[in-house]
Amino acid sequence: MIAIVAAALLLAGCGGTTKNNSGGDSGAGPTSGAADPNAPTAKDLKITFLPKQVNNPYFTVAQGGAEKAAAALGEQLKATGPSSADASSQVTYINTAAQQGQNALLLAANDSNAVAPALKAARKQGMKVVTFDSDAAPDARDVFINQASSQEIAAGQVKLISDAIGGAGEIAILSATANATNQNAWIAIMKQELAKPAYAKITLDEIAYGNDDDQTSFQKTQGLLQAHPDLKGIISPTTVGVAAAARYLDSSSYKGKVALTGLGTPNQMRKFLQDGTVGSIALWDPAQLGALATYAAVALASGQITGKQGEKFKAGELGEYTVGANGEVVLGPPLTFTKDNVDKYNF
Amino acid sequence: MKTLLRWESALFVLLVLVVVGGSAATGGSFLTDRGAFNVGSDLAVMALIALPLTLVIVAAEIDLSVASVLGLSSALIGVLWNDGWPLEAILPFVIVVGAVCGAVNGFLVTKLGLPSLAVTIGSLALYRGLAFVVLGDKAVADFPDSYTQFGTTPVPGTWIPYPIVLFVVLAVVFGLLLHATTFGRAVFAIGANEEAARFSGIRVKRTKFILFVLTGAVAALAGIVYTLRFASARADNGTGLELEVVTAVLLGGVSIFGGRGTIGGVVLATLVLGGLTDALILDDVATEVVTLVTGILLLASVFAPAVTHRPTRGTP
Repeated sequence: MIAIVAAALLLAGCGGTTKNNSGGDSGAGPTSGAADPNAPTAKDLKITFLPKQVNNPYFTVAQGGAEKAAAALGEQLKATGPSSADASSQVTYINTAAQQGQNALLLAANDSNAVAPALKAARKQGMKVVTFDSDAAPDARDVFINQASSQEIAAGQVKLISDAIGGAGEIAILSATANATNQNAWIAIMKQELAKPAYAKITLDEIAYGNDDDQTSFQKTQGLLQAHPDLKGIISPTTVGVAAAARYLDSSSYKGKVALTGLGTPNQMRKFLQDGTVGSIALWDPAQLGALATYAAVALASGQITGKQGEKFKAGELGEYTVGANGEVVLGPPLTFTKDNVDKYNF
Repeated sequence: MKTLLRWESALFVLLVLVVVGGSAATGGSFLTDRGAFNVGSDLAVMALIALPLTLVIVAAEIDLSVASVLGLSSALIGVLWNDGWPLEAILPFVIVVGAVCGAVNGFLVTKLGLPSLAVTIGSLALYRGLAFVVLGDKAVADFPDSYTQFGTTPVPGTWIPYPIVLFVVLAVVFGLLLHATTFGRAVFAIGANEEAARFSGIRVKRTKFILFVLTGAVAALAGIVYTLRFASARADNGTGLELEVVTAVLLGGVSIFGGRGTIGGVVLATLVLGGLTDALILDDVATEVVTLVTGILLLASVFAPAVTHRPTRGTP
């Protein structure tokens, strides 16, 4: 009964609305004047680095890159963040950064919409918001630093597996969850790639889902090899899946006979690259991702860019970057790790 | 009873320390209007659920499924909104579903006589599973601004977030229910000694059943607040929140053995926890340390009454 009273109270404050007649979001965030590419780079900017969760090795490397770039420009960067990567845990930290009057925020969003209201409020008071790794709603941030285009990632994966199996044979994909947005986008592009004449001798047998869970991915790999005795190769475009698949291959009689590639971190995959279980994997360099996000934030806070398409900014030793459609900046093609270069990376 | 009063005084002192220390350490940005709004918004969801859970724990039971009911409520909002239901219909509906979830817990505990700890660990998984069944790992976010403003803007002319208004209303309601009604006295009697309560004519099973239904309904209501505040309906919303809520209730001086506790103490405890967390984050204290401090507070709150006032339940 109390809950019903409360519901009535809750309802009372709101006008009648259903999905179909809901007013559209009033849209674009504040656009603060025109960009001046020759504006001097501001010093001593206060920048907050907010990863999906703290103590995640991937983001620790990204943070290292961001810190280096900030030091090179003479800015103050500090890292903070929640200990769990659930949908809403970042909102408190965004509000806090705004309350502290930080000049810019570098954010890898856990949920693109849950963070949007807090980001919009922060931007209204002048904080610049750069998302990296995973985007927030486009009208809630200034610029998104994308690690690599979906096209480059997916086409690269197909190329790696084709090279590993000599351009002919049956392959399978071990993905994360069945409705993960980025995974499905990549798989769609992989299918387009496989339809090209260059890959005519490769057939895609099955797409399995390991749910980004180590044990499930391990068992799915086992299942794929049982179900398809002629399987020549597996693509696993997820760091959890590729590591589990490598462990299974390493411990089975398929070692050396079935090729594996995917998106993996050097530290997880070093052993398997070195002992020949896996020929090559790909991933972007998270340190460069963090650095590029920092350069973009400083360019925004200095007024050199505003986040419009076509604007250019300098990113230290990474070179010059151009803002693309929807305020997106692409870091570049993914790196390929093999046993020859894997020791140069530590993440 | 004296121990309890002393514990609440201790909480009040702690709250003052948090406010004064927080303001000093963060150079004045802690209790600005903006800061108070943030603290209020951050603690509202947890504080709402703590109210009915206080009554459950006073009655010597527990409900660990609350955060899963919150997630199920959020997932249902997303699915029904996608189906074109009006929010005016969705919101009461999910509260009814929450009450039904509570009723299932209540049925298993009272009719089948199962321990609530085991029952609600099971339903914790069951309700979270249902949430994923109805919505999958999608996020629904296209709610109209007029509704999401409920969670993201203060009451006009003040710093007070709307969910805190809701919390204050429910705190008064649950405070009166526990401390000023025969129902409340029955809850204390059951928690202190269930046998004795039964022999003195208290309808033990019915009372407990009502408590579980209320908890389920308020957890679903918290799911609505959560969904609108973050403008994001997801099945994984509020994962792990049950432990925060139990922390707040126990820190509020409610005995985990039942029979003792006040709504006032729990309200103070939610303010202490919310304020402390925000002040520490604002002061750039590492996340791990924030968790650690919460853990120490919880241990202290269980330890202090246990030393001064040993539980007598089971050894009449």
